[in-house]
Amino acid sequence: MIVRRTVRWLDDRLGATTFTRQALTKVFPDHWTFMLGELALYCFVILVATGTFLAFFFVPSPNEVVYRGSYQPLHGVEVSEAFASVMRISFDVRAGLVIRQAHHWAALVFLAAIVAHLSRLFFTGAFRRPRELNWIIGVTLLLLALFNGFSGYSLPDDLLSGTGLRIAYSIVLSIPLVGTWLAFLVFGGEFPAPDILSRLLVIHIYLVPLAMAGLITAHLAIVWRQKHTQFPGPGRTETNVVGSVLWPTYAARSIGLLFAIGALVAAMGGLLQINPIWLYGPFIPEAVSSPAQPDWYVGWLEGGLRIFPAWEVELFGFRIPNPFFPGVLLPAVTFALLYAWPFLEARFTGDRAEHHLLDRPRDRPLRTAIGVGVLTFYSVLLLAGSNDILARFLGVPVTGVTAVLRALVFALPVVTALAAHRVMRALRDTEARGILDLPTGRRERPVAS
Amino acid sequence: MTDRDPRRAVGGVARWFAASTAASIGLAVAYALDANAQVQGVLAAVALAALAAGFVRWSERLMPPGPYVEERHPLAAPPDEDRAADRALAGEGLPRRRFLGRMLGAALAALGVALLFPIRSLGPSPGRSLLRTAWRRGMRLVTPEGQPVAAETLQLGGVLTVFPEGRTDAADSQAILVRVDPAAITPVAGREAWAPDGNVAYSKICTHAGCPVGLYEDRTGQLFCPCHQSVFDALDGARPLTGPATRALPQLPLEVDDEGYLRSGGDFSEPVGPATWDVP
Repeated sequence: MIVRRTVRWLDDRLGATTFTRQALTKVFPDHWTFMLGELALYCFVILVATGTFLAFFFVPSPNEVVYRGSYQPLHGVEVSEAFASVMRISFDVRAGLVIRQAHHWAALVFLAAIVAHLSRLFFTGAFRRPRELNWIIGVTLLLLALFNGFSGYSLPDDLLSGTGLRIAYSIVLSIPLVGTWLAFLVFGGEFPAPDILSRLLVIHIYLVPLAMAGLITAHLAIVWRQKHTQFPGPGRTETNVVGSVLWPTYAARSIGLLFAIGALVAAMGGLLQINPIWLYGPFIPEAVSSPAQPDWYVGWLEGGLRIFPAWEVELFGFRIPNPFFPGVLLPAVTFALLYAWPFLEARFTGDRAEHHLLDRPRDRPLRTAIGVGVLTFYSVLLLAGSNDILARFLGVPVTGVTAVLRALVFALPVVTALAAHRVMRALRDTEARGILDLPTGRRERPVAS
Repeated sequence: MTDRDPRRAVGGVARWFAASTAASIGLAVAYALDANAQVQGVLAAVALAALAAGFVRWSERLMPPGPYVEERHPLAAPPDEDRAADRALAGEGLPRRRFLGRMLGAALAALGVALLFPIRSLGPSPGRSLLRTAWRRGMRLVTPEGQPVAAETLQLGGVLTVFPEGRTDAADSQAILVRVDPAAITPVAGREAWAPDGNVAYSKICTHAGCPVGLYEDRTGQLFCPCHQSVFDALDGARPLTGPATRALPQLPLEVDDEGYLRSGGDFSEPVGPATWDVP
């Protein structure tokens, strides 16, 4: 009764009923891989909620104070106000630790969900016309998420985050022509300069999240307008969408996913310690934590810095320093290729037609092989980001591990790409079950059209 | 396919929601009692997971399963609409449109450039700050706590982080002092007198990506950067042996004063820290 009156009231003022009715009966495909993007969306929601709580307590100040909180081992130690405020959140704000850890874990899951979502779109050709725009928005969201992850774990002003900032400063310094000025403008002077924490906070809690919220809105609006793609199957054509209606079936399932990812993040936030800054200690310019690994999504950059050989370029008395190649050129090329992929593929295949039915990975063995090779390349780099731990684990010198990784980073992608190509062709020729065809219950049965 | 027995399905969903309610009450109690993070996390997880299970079960067992089919309509406008849009865009009848457009473009570009200027306020000019550190000739070497360091402070094989006296805040001036067997040193030409009694000091800032070169192995005389595993030979001008670093760690000239304390003979041999385009 109340619902009906509210709907009528809104319809009188906004004319919303027709749209709402159409929206509620909108059809969403049922395949499980279509929920990866939603997973990322819900992580963003959790990040905003937990992050807001943290922002109420965080102080972005490098001013020194004597720690007097309830963590005894650091009692009397001089720390920055920023570090002290994160210690307060962790030990003296009730529910602070679980929310802080859940925030960090949600960021890791967020990036994983984005990468999984992007991989699904790539391997099924979902980026083809007319969806190039949403591909570009999605890649931008990945870039922003990466950046915000880094700016977030740099905030607590502990020894690990200080090390990460120092490396970031050195990478900016390495940019030809403008590096020195750019580093001084971004970091507010020679590292470690006092302004960086308040700048990072503004970027981390306002600028990037707002940009992301805007882009996510556009992303969803475009999906809504263009309607979803779908896998080929009986009754599914280029001119229809087959699946569940938004209300109530799909909405209930999606809300279920929101709570499920919330449960996962809450459990991890409570049970799995992450970024224990009290073990790293406060940032001191002449100290470094070892071993020092960044969050997983920055690992490929760290790995590149570690295994790139001691080369640099000297031209007429100027130099392109070593960190430029793995630290600037590699990510620049990575994202340039990601942005360009839909257009590159259209150019090479000559296929500029509209597509609403997806490819299965086996339908395009070459594209699948390229994707597998590229993922392998970045996985080896991620591994290389832990070459010191790997060396310790294997009991061999780190130089040996680095030499092997330098070979693997080029050899392994070729091997996995060739293997993927063969497997995809075999799957295509034999029509065996593929890995994406997980049993999804009754919803996968064919449509009688 | 809704459940054959809807009452059983309803019961199942209701039980999940009841379980979630119970866990949420538990969570509130845990907060009131200031329970630890593990308890709070698990209770929150149970409350959320039970809700998730309830929703999924509800959707699977009781809601219309479909499949439903929705038609897709072409995105592009029909040709006559297209032509109408062209006419609307052309804005016919506006005099001197191109000229005014150019003047507007120039004004907006000028405004854009003027608005970029405050970016300059974000940081100081690099100037010569990357070329030099706080070290001056005659400054005593002190520990991070400010204790002066004598030529005999370190045992053979010992290692210490040092700063210029009075400038322990100068992060770019941090140096690593090691005591080695004087006979083992291969001095760089012109630096023969820089390591009195086997005390040799190098910039602690890695020439690769700026991390503190914090580890020293006495057996081999090697300095090791824990960030990206660059290795430098402390016995041979800290030249890079392996890892990504391309340049030697700059060396600090050392002298011993009348009281036996170590003093610097000047600034480092080269600019410290990671390389840039124009800093040699």
